[in-house]
Amino acid sequence: MRLSCACEGFIAAECITRNHSMTPIPPLTDEALLDQLQRAAFDYFLQAVNPRNGLVADTSRDNSPVSIAVVGFALSSYPVAVERGWMKRADAAQRSLAALRFFRDSDQSGSPAATGFKGFYYHFLDIHTGARVWQSELSMIDTALLIAGVLTASLYFTAESSDEIELRELADFLYRRIDWRWAQDDGDTIRQGWKPECGYLHYGWEGYSEAILLYVLAMGSPTHPIVGDCYQAWTATYQWENLYDHDYLYAGPLFVHHFSHAWIDLRGIRDSFMRGKRSDYFENSRRAACIHREYAQRNPHEFAGYDQNCWGLSACDGPSDEQPGVRNETRRQFGYAARGVPFGPDDGTLSAPSVLASLPFAPEMVLDAVRNMMARYPEILREGRFASGFNPTFTDANGRAWVSAGHYGLDQGIVLMMIENHRTRQVWRLMRGCPYIRNGLQRAGFRGGWLQQPSIHGAR
Amino acid sequence: MPQQYDSSLTTPQDAYERERLANVHPAAWSNPKPADCYQLIIVGAGPAGLAAAETAAALGAKVALIEHHLIGGDCLNIGCVPSKAIIRTSRLYAEMHNAQRYGAQTPDAIRVDFAAVMERMRRIRTHLSGDDSVRRLAAAGVDVFFGEARFAGADTLTVDGEKLCFRKALIATGARPNIPSIPGLREAGYLTNENVFDLTELPRRLLALGGGPLGCELAQAFRRLGAQSSIVQDMPLFLGGEERDAAQILSDAFARDGIEVRLNTTVVAVRVQDGQKLVDLVSDDYRNTIAVDAILTSIGHAPNVQGLNLEAAGVDYDASDGIRVDDFLCTSNPHIYAAGDVCLEHKYTHTAMASARIVVQNALFRGRERLSTLVIPWCIFTDPEIAHVGLYVREANRQGIPVKTFTIPMHEIDRAVTDSEEGGFVKIHVRERTDRILGATIVARHAGDMINEITLAMVAGIGLRTLARVIHPYPTQAEAIRQAADAYSRTRLTPQIRARISRWLSR
Repeated sequence: MRLSCACEGFIAAECITRNHSMTPIPPLTDEALLDQLQRAAFDYFLQAVNPRNGLVADTSRDNSPVSIAVVGFALSSYPVAVERGWMKRADAAQRSLAALRFFRDSDQSGSPAATGFKGFYYHFLDIHTGARVWQSELSMIDTALLIAGVLTASLYFTAESSDEIELRELADFLYRRIDWRWAQDDGDTIRQGWKPECGYLHYGWEGYSEAILLYVLAMGSPTHPIVGDCYQAWTATYQWENLYDHDYLYAGPLFVHHFSHAWIDLRGIRDSFMRGKRSDYFENSRRAACIHREYAQRNPHEFAGYDQNCWGLSACDGPSDEQPGVRNETRRQFGYAARGVPFGPDDGTLSAPSVLASLPFAPEMVLDAVRNMMARYPEILREGRFASGFNPTFTDANGRAWVSAGHYGLDQGIVLMMIENHRTRQVWRLMRGCPYIRNGLQRAGFRGGWLQQPSIHGAR
Repeated sequence: MPQQYDSSLTTPQDAYERERLANVHPAAWSNPKPADCYQLIIVGAGPAGLAAAETAAALGAKVALIEHHLIGGDCLNIGCVPSKAIIRTSRLYAEMHNAQRYGAQTPDAIRVDFAAVMERMRRIRTHLSGDDSVRRLAAAGVDVFFGEARFAGADTLTVDGEKLCFRKALIATGARPNIPSIPGLREAGYLTNENVFDLTELPRRLLALGGGPLGCELAQAFRRLGAQSSIVQDMPLFLGGEERDAAQILSDAFARDGIEVRLNTTVVAVRVQDGQKLVDLVSDDYRNTIAVDAILTSIGHAPNVQGLNLEAAGVDYDASDGIRVDDFLCTSNPHIYAAGDVCLEHKYTHTAMASARIVVQNALFRGRERLSTLVIPWCIFTDPEIAHVGLYVREANRQGIPVKTFTIPMHEIDRAVTDSEEGGFVKIHVRERTDRILGATIVARHAGDMINEITLAMVAGIGLRTLARVIHPYPTQAEAIRQAADAYSRTRLTPQIRARISRWLSR
């Protein structure tokens, strides 16, 4: 039997703090709750890292390869952990150095078993050798997420110790090595991928996406910047829509509205598109969260659980058609997929991490939803961390919602960073001091806000 | 002997076919004695040619119409009409299979009689061919000639050697399917829209080459009639030019139907082995082979400009883009015009007819009507249908027009919900901070009908403000358009206006 609404948040908080003891205690404050969730997210990186090379597994599942994007999140998480007292500075610097040294020394030949090419890296790598696995693509966006983490580390570790000096030099080397212009393939926009077996991949990449970070990094490069009106060519595919009475830059999955914000403080700075719309990307992400909540309230496909405090369609793991024990035979299930609003795909799977990642944009709404989801579906928390996805429409014999096994590094990374940006703005403040980011933003046409203020290199 | 799915297919010679031919190309037809000089000669009796002939003749012009094959052109004989007839039957079968979705019992044994499906199509096609019959045209005063037309000079042409003079001419010879140059395809045999409607047996496995309208429509229809359908498309999405959400919703619908879709995939070779066609595919670095029984090519059309001796008439053309015309549809010969698929980018029946009417005005009455002023809607008749009119957002962005889209998902529309047809949307694009409609895309079961309201508004210069005042019967799916207009109206309630209203109400 489910608990009544009145005590849901109370019990959930208590379960976290007292290891499933039922002794009543006062509910956690927001700050304490966020601290617990953030710490648990950080623990993922401690558990999933190979300390010898600094590489981090994509998921907690057996034999998971490395995702280079997750390494970027891990590198961004160490400064947070140091500031919060979860990790010693020297240890954090060592872990970061291990990863940076690995990438410096990695095979950049672009051969099928190499690690990268032209300064980019294959999406998935072997956690021991760092060689490409799964015949994965050389990924531009995932390299951007990795290098954002590399730059974060270089902006935090500013001491004049030999380790930290080396770390900064390596970070600069790795960033400057990336040949962003090559990734244009003489086209108007950046290609998404490349494979040694077939060359550039030509997946359509139209409309707003998490690629602001990619374009900013590619434009800020002093060595191989993209050329032409690349950013404008991309933003020309944007769609400004009025949906559920909100005007916003449309993108269906919630994570799209988060990833660039993990590193770049997009509050109050505007590119040409946003100036025309009298908005900014931060406000846009707030509206996206509102639209996701509204969609769940309307719940057009009548899925279990959806309501104003249980929402969030994003890229996440969900039940798949192949899995046994799935009760509803008439609906299709999508496994790991980028679910979105309002046109799906929607199979009843929600992503709690994506809701939590909306924290800086809509804190009250997000905290209400997070507390509610934790209380109603305590099974979505394992080791204090949110599972990638859960689906209350698909229940087990005991009526418990389907929950994705293990954890995904991307989820834990974005949760950790967005909580930190909400709490202290630490990553945003660090990255404001990154000349490459600043140059990239300005070249993309961003103006106003903190960009008007003088640059403070290495600001902390 | 089983049917061969290739160019050896011929139309079944039944009573329907005999009647159709009697309407659109009677065997005993004798070309009339040519007049001294025609005020308008039309080459090609498809939708454009017929529309021009009927309009000009009704206005009293002396008109000759020349057709080398069948009156009615692709639309009637091998295009819109037969495909829609088949799609309707396929929808019925889909609903039978999905009966439980509507609270009905799924029939115990659903057996598709494909021959009956095609016979119904032929009956309907024959019935509609009566509207385009030679007799009706002749009765309207049009001189109908069957034969091959060739220009002999700036104001003359010949039909099977007989000379005809004209003051003005219209070239409306249409287009034919493009055939991809894939090694082995020609030897293996393939279907196009020119022969697919001659089938009497359902191919067990059908591969549609190309994710364009014809490939999507027929792959879905044949799947619903029992074939295993696949679509191979070398682009990342279906219907490259369409709204990406539209393509995504269609992709989801195809998945529900069980159509196998392979995007970013190129066909590199076709082979025949043990009576089946083996198709070699490459997608990035992944190679594989699928076995099918029939291959339907659907990669667009090429204009019919060959054999007309256009050089003799001084008419400029390009083998792939067709006859070059100006905005008044005049060719490089000021006495000769073109209309329809032979010269237009948008190859639709209704566009062909609209362009032909422009030609009649401009050629016979010194009109100055422009092609560019036409508001052209179109529809892809999949389930759900995808209809569009006007600008796409990316086009507006490219032109520097600030654009805002009012989006209403069909799951917000009561009638769509009661009909279990919630998949889709109405998106109306307006110029930012105005109610002026720039374009719209509709994805809905009957999007092709719904788009007419938007087209009317655009032609009449009606904005969303006025559309919000148009009462729509409840419950209808077209209410989505009014809801979009209502959403626009709510955006006009600025905080200042709200404050004034509040003060008024609390006075």
